[in-house]
Amino acid sequence: MQVERPSQDMAQIGASSGFASRWKRLSAQAELLAGNVFVWPAVLVVLFLSIFPLLVSLYLSLSRFKFVKGGFEIKFSGLANYKKLIVGSEQGHFLGAPEGSSPLGWLVFVAVVVLLLVSLVRYLRSRSLSAGGVIGRVVSSTIVAFGAWLLVRTLSAGGRPGSLVVTLIYVFVGLMVQYGLGLGLALLATQKLPGRRFFRVVFLLPMMITPVGIAYMFRMLTDTDKGPFQPIWQALGLGLYSWVNHPWGARAAVMLGDIWQWTPFMFIVLLAALESLSVEQVEAALVDGANRWQIFWHITVPAILPVSTTLILIRMIEAFKIVDLPNVLTNGGPGTATESLTLHAFIAWRALDLGGSAALSYILLFVVTFVGMSYVNLVRPRVAEE
Amino acid sequence: MIKRLFRRRSLFGSSPVGMAISYLALGLWALVVLFPIYWLFVTSFKLPVDVNTGPYYVPFVDFQPSLHAWHYILVGDLSNDTIRPYVNTVIVALTSSVLSLMLGTAAAYGLTRFDYRPRLGAILTFIGCLVLVVFAVVLGVPWQIAVLVGVALFVLLLQTIGKRFKRSLGNSDIAFWLISQRMLPPVAVVIPIYVLFQQFHLLDTRAALIITYLATNLPIVVWLMRDYFQTIPIEVEECAAIDGASHYRVFWSIVLPLALPGLVATFLFVLVFAWNEYLLALFLSGADAQTLPLTVAAQNATRGPQWWYMSVLILIMIIPVVAIAIALERYIARGLLVGAVKG
Repeated sequence: MQVERPSQDMAQIGASSGFASRWKRLSAQAELLAGNVFVWPAVLVVLFLSIFPLLVSLYLSLSRFKFVKGGFEIKFSGLANYKKLIVGSEQGHFLGAPEGSSPLGWLVFVAVVVLLLVSLVRYLRSRSLSAGGVIGRVVSSTIVAFGAWLLVRTLSAGGRPGSLVVTLIYVFVGLMVQYGLGLGLALLATQKLPGRRFFRVVFLLPMMITPVGIAYMFRMLTDTDKGPFQPIWQALGLGLYSWVNHPWGARAAVMLGDIWQWTPFMFIVLLAALESLSVEQVEAALVDGANRWQIFWHITVPAILPVSTTLILIRMIEAFKIVDLPNVLTNGGPGTATESLTLHAFIAWRALDLGGSAALSYILLFVVTFVGMSYVNLVRPRVAEE
Repeated sequence: MIKRLFRRRSLFGSSPVGMAISYLALGLWALVVLFPIYWLFVTSFKLPVDVNTGPYYVPFVDFQPSLHAWHYILVGDLSNDTIRPYVNTVIVALTSSVLSLMLGTAAAYGLTRFDYRPRLGAILTFIGCLVLVVFAVVLGVPWQIAVLVGVALFVLLLQTIGKRFKRSLGNSDIAFWLISQRMLPPVAVVIPIYVLFQQFHLLDTRAALIITYLATNLPIVVWLMRDYFQTIPIEVEECAAIDGASHYRVFWSIVLPLALPGLVATFLFVLVFAWNEYLLALFLSGADAQTLPLTVAAQNATRGPQWWYMSVLILIMIIPVVAIAIALERYIARGLLVGAVKG
């Protein structure tokens, strides 16, 4: 019914003939342009507010920003900002102190390198060889090896992780715990239990609270003296001990806040995926005598795999930008122990080191893109195979 | 007897013991979620002395509740500083979400139903001209002149060099470019945006926040809605097109109603993002356009965080969002799913 209406409209307008032909031509033109009309507004808005800032930031990251009399001055300084972060005065802040070593750490490092070499050799011996592929693989293997070296040296006893490593820890620990919890809760909530709607709404609550508010809330909760868990700390003999002053305690507090806030996101998407599982398949498997574990492994997991990969990718992109929690909860401290890359860039910005801030942002962009692309390239083909 | 306890009642039901364990686990997490919120609620009724002398859990038993914080925030000294940010937040979040939903949905529809072939040569020319303009402005050329020259140069180069390159990009490239805009940390974009809005005299206005949130939320809308549209069978639209309906009419009266659950879920998502955003608002707004997250953070005064005021603010901030979420709960799961499955 609805689709016939335009021709009726057209017929009515057709009463005045000169106007009608012009209208027809106009609408025909609009029809030709439809594709452009749909996509251009969005593209223009994003262009306007992204490409321009991107270029300006790139320029800023390559220059020195200084206040002078009556304004400011931006002086081109090449790669000085990046150099400062990687080998210069800011190295301890950004990369940390890669001075620790432990037998276990070196074992892990050697294992990673061997794995990379094996996969590289396997690729070189395969049929589908191309120059771009070889270069890409060598470069990305080198980056992964460097990352492994950095992790091993800074996390072993005697080393100290910088904001880059801390961010990676936040992202990976956070993602794993959130996904695990979200999946477990979603599995439980799909059962036909009375009152599951209550649980669903309650589980969504943390996502609705502003991250700044959550950060302050966790500051209240983690207070060992006036917080609600004070009796527990007292019993453990930690009465006046502020665990937020201990590097790993502080990091744990930040991660707890992040997990509390973002597990609901995983939960709700996985719940939706589980509820759309085909009932017939499960029924058939039950009739054939499959147990619950087999059903989970052979029916549930393949069905939620595609959702999971997208879900993890989206969460990963957002998790790399964590800033409110460490900023409010610990102010990046003790020292720089809980600083994420974004917070590091924010602190540099506050100190009016705009060049350094922009350089950090660019490094973060590079890290996110690299991890995201590797993730997509590693996981997607495997999901497609199943 | 014991065996019966463990036996499933039907094919899908669980045994009573299994059910008890499920309830225990769900209840435990509900406790984890609700306790911090309960603590906020209790704290909002405490006097500063009750907070500072140690943990008190139950009102009327442990301590005498007081409405002083609620009074201070809602009708007392701070009421003006609460109402204005509240109005700002509502206007900014709603407007930017609706706008990004409109533009993003249209773009997502375009990306699933039309073939776009932006030529690589044209894109490279555009970026090259933009770099030139930025450098010229940085070096001191007035921006109006730089932009004019840049546009002229772009058109000129496009007609000559740009046409030589035959390679072009596709729809998925456009979509990936859009989502890649989310990867940039806000700190990276905020300095140029700050300067930009300063040039247009838009700093500390709601318009600045609306435009910024619109741009940051558009990629999410495009991605979620694009996957949603891919699940809608194209045959219906083809029939309508044969009957003479224009693309716009097909989009408006056939596709949009079909995609309603996805629209609702996406809307809620973007709304929550815009409602709670802190860092960009911190840079772009001063006293006039202040939003609620800033008001919350501002309660961390020189005398230390004012927990009681903060609790009230956080609570009044989540009430509207939770109300909307409960009203739309049925749609959220369904809408999100289809968005995620095909990603």
